[in-house]
Amino acid sequence: MRRSSSQRCSSADRSTASLSAVIEFEHASKRYPGGREGLIDVSFRIAAGEMAFLTGHSGAGKSTLLRLIALLERCSRGQVRVNGRNLARLPRRLVAAHRREVGMIFQDHRLLHDRTVFDNVALPLVVAGLRHKEVQRRVRAALDKVGLLKKDKALPITLSGGEQQRVGIARAVVSRPPVVLADEPTGNLDPELSLEIMRLFEQFNQVGVTLLIATHDISLISTLRHRVLTLDHTRLAADTGERQRV
Amino acid sequence: MTLGRHLRASYQGAGTWVARHAQVALASLGRLVRSPLSTLMTVCVIGIALAFPAGLYLVVHHIQQFGSGFSGAPSVSVFLRSEVDAEQRSQLAAELRQAVEVDGVQVLSPEQALQEFRQFSGFGGAFDALEENPLPGVLIVETAASLAAPSRVEAFAEQLRSRAEVELVQVDLQWVRRFHAIMDIAVRAVAVIGVLLGLAVLLIVGNTVRLEIESRHAEIEVSKLVGATDSFVRRPFLYGGFWYGLFGGLIAWVLVTLSLWALAGPVQRLAGLYDSNLAFGTGPLILLKLTLTGALVGWGGSWLAVGRHLDRIEPR
Repeated sequence: MRRSSSQRCSSADRSTASLSAVIEFEHASKRYPGGREGLIDVSFRIAAGEMAFLTGHSGAGKSTLLRLIALLERCSRGQVRVNGRNLARLPRRLVAAHRREVGMIFQDHRLLHDRTVFDNVALPLVVAGLRHKEVQRRVRAALDKVGLLKKDKALPITLSGGEQQRVGIARAVVSRPPVVLADEPTGNLDPELSLEIMRLFEQFNQVGVTLLIATHDISLISTLRHRVLTLDHTRLAADTGERQRV
Repeated sequence: MTLGRHLRASYQGAGTWVARHAQVALASLGRLVRSPLSTLMTVCVIGIALAFPAGLYLVVHHIQQFGSGFSGAPSVSVFLRSEVDAEQRSQLAAELRQAVEVDGVQVLSPEQALQEFRQFSGFGGAFDALEENPLPGVLIVETAASLAAPSRVEAFAEQLRSRAEVELVQVDLQWVRRFHAIMDIAVRAVAVIGVLLGLAVLLIVGNTVRLEIESRHAEIEVSKLVGATDSFVRRPFLYGGFWYGLFGGLIAWVLVTLSLWALAGPVQRLAGLYDSNLAFGTGPLILLKLTLTGALVGWGGSWLAVGRHLDRIEPR
């Protein structure tokens, strides 16, 4: 019963969506209780395998936009689709499964400080119920990727800001989600470390991960030739469109 | 792959499911062991709350069983007039034995009655001062089981009273009735106390789990962020409540056993007075019942708390 209804729901959603778009906003608005506008009438598409920056002043709605994609919030009007799935209609019991398909990276890392680096990175896999051996293998691979394999037993608090951010990135990609979102991932880092992190994202992008990175670091994104979406006072003000890959 | 299938695919087979539950159960147990003092206090409070109704129940239950021998058809004591002699006495006894209402008749001569009175009343010495035996002959009539209805017993007693040889008829029913009435009250009282203290355990566990949820706020939030299902987040707390209840039940069993052991001496003496054997025991079955009840109530309390507080924690 459950299976058939979820299948019907998702296949119906898929048929109306463009096949290549992974993230799709259609006149999406978010109004918070109390009347504050988070996002007004935003429409855009991000294709599978694309890497895009989301920029704008503080309070322009960058975080809100990312939160709508990860289903930390639902939009109040319009539609948000991820992998052809209409998020407004996604039942509560499937929210967890949706979040497993979207890796999320935060400026403040959101690490658990009473757990080791290894346990922090392992969390998405433990939550998904993977076997212990598989968890070990994948966590090691992810830590290796971000260059922290030797720090697996360390507590996050003993690491530098850049290292903590890399732990957060490893956690976001360890379950190999097709979509990765990053909210000001370089906010606290110096330019050199920031570029390093961006290069890491480009590596993920090269293996097919779709990335959307919110940042207000204009100088950084101008050195990288990727699509840039600009928000201004909760509205989409500019979109450079998909650019040629570097 | 649809999301539903995605969720199910992560639950690979029953083996993993059992392994995961066992792992969470052990992890929850480990968490309790790591803060032994606060765990012990919570468990003891639960234990005392469970021990009280359980102990009362056991006492009442045993007394009830002890008293169940009193039920059924009552015996009727027929006190004869003092002028009735031995021959008339046995004649009447023989006559009564023929009646359908009667199961058996025991004849007590005044001498036997006196002897019995000396033996059991403790006033034996008082009778030495009397020149003659003041006690009448007595027929103790065991009524047939078919006569158990009080109205029929009364009618039979009335019939006996009308006889010339009979001075007084006493139906030994009143105290049996009182006994059963008192036991009914006791059983009801134990049930009420049980429900109240069961609620107390529910609240204790609920509050403990609530505090634990607060202290693990960040962990819950991040878990939900990376795609933990509600049941995944709930599970460790449910097992926590389960363990609290289980160990509470164990403590309760120890407390009840010790209390009943302390009562054993006086109880034996009381039972001896009734020519009976009344022993309070707390065997393995009671241990099982107490721990299971505890675990169940613990789980329930945790479930209530988790339902109320986990939904409020959503990733920012």
